[in-house]
Amino acid sequence: MDSIDAAIVNRLQEGLPVCARPFDAVAATLGISVDELLSRLQRLLDDKVLTRFGPMFNAESMGGALSLCAMQVPADRYDEVAGQVNAFPEVAHNYEREHLLNMWFVIATEQPQQAGIVISQIEQATGCRVYDMPKQQEFYIGLKLAV
Amino acid sequence: MTGNPQATNKAQQDGQSLDAIDRQIIVATQSGLPLVAEPFAALAEQLGLGSDEVLQRVADMQACGIIRRIAAVPNHYALGYTVNGMSVWNVSDENITELGRLIGSLDYVSHCYQRPRHLPLWPYNLFAMVHGRSSVDVVARVSTIANLLGEHCRGHEVLYSKRILKKTGLRIKA
Repeated sequence: MDSIDAAIVNRLQEGLPVCARPFDAVAATLGISVDELLSRLQRLLDDKVLTRFGPMFNAESMGGALSLCAMQVPADRYDEVAGQVNAFPEVAHNYEREHLLNMWFVIATEQPQQAGIVISQIEQATGCRVYDMPKQQEFYIGLKLAV
Repeated sequence: MTGNPQATNKAQQDGQSLDAIDRQIIVATQSGLPLVAEPFAALAEQLGLGSDEVLQRVADMQACGIIRRIAAVPNHYALGYTVNGMSVWNVSDENITELGRLIGSLDYVSHCYQRPRHLPLWPYNLFAMVHGRSSVDVVARVSTIANLLGEHCRGHEVLYSKRILKKTGLRIKA
């Protein structure tokens, strides 16, 4: 990664304008051609410096639901329960964390009422109580990683 | 760039505002936008739509919060931000909006939310994901947040991730 790559990563974490040629202004700011910007962007994606480039969607605005859930899973059943939880397609992310509540996962459903159903199914499958923590207010989404 | 809660709320009030063409556009761009000088024209051609229509629909979806922004998602690890801690705070409900905005505006904080407590096990109502290049970095940033919250904070913890058990993007079906 050179300084131009770094500038691209920094600039493209902010929004791109929605217009016919959205890369023109960005390329001009960086002092490179649109072709060079696009080929560098492709390489940053190929090298997995960037995981994605495109519209960032808001699941709730599409009518769906998203919730963060936590469980207290006994150590001797941890991997078994992880497998049971991960088997639900509605579970988008799942992390092991160091806490009494040691399993944290995100449930994403297209219909808001599905979330509660999935939570009951997970409780039935695992025998563990699910602590549902849907967001009540959002203050910021995104991260400005300076490179 | 900040989130736009007003726009989000509007879209939520509108409920299911996606029609079949919006869904086509979302499905076609979930894995990314075409990397060409005129990406919306390329998308329009792929979907058999007019490029003006695609531009208008993308602009409308952004205006109502369905699209937050069109942007690059960095790989934290590749950029050296290898440590993240989920910091959780017990703050007074009366001040949480003001405090949440303050903490959410910090550069190294992502995903800042108010969430419900589950007493007595879980007294925390403000969540802020803190990123750093080392655990020392994260600890220093968490103490900055503690100072910013001052007397409004009644307690906090940082939950570090030990293992990713599953990670898939959000997907809607075609």
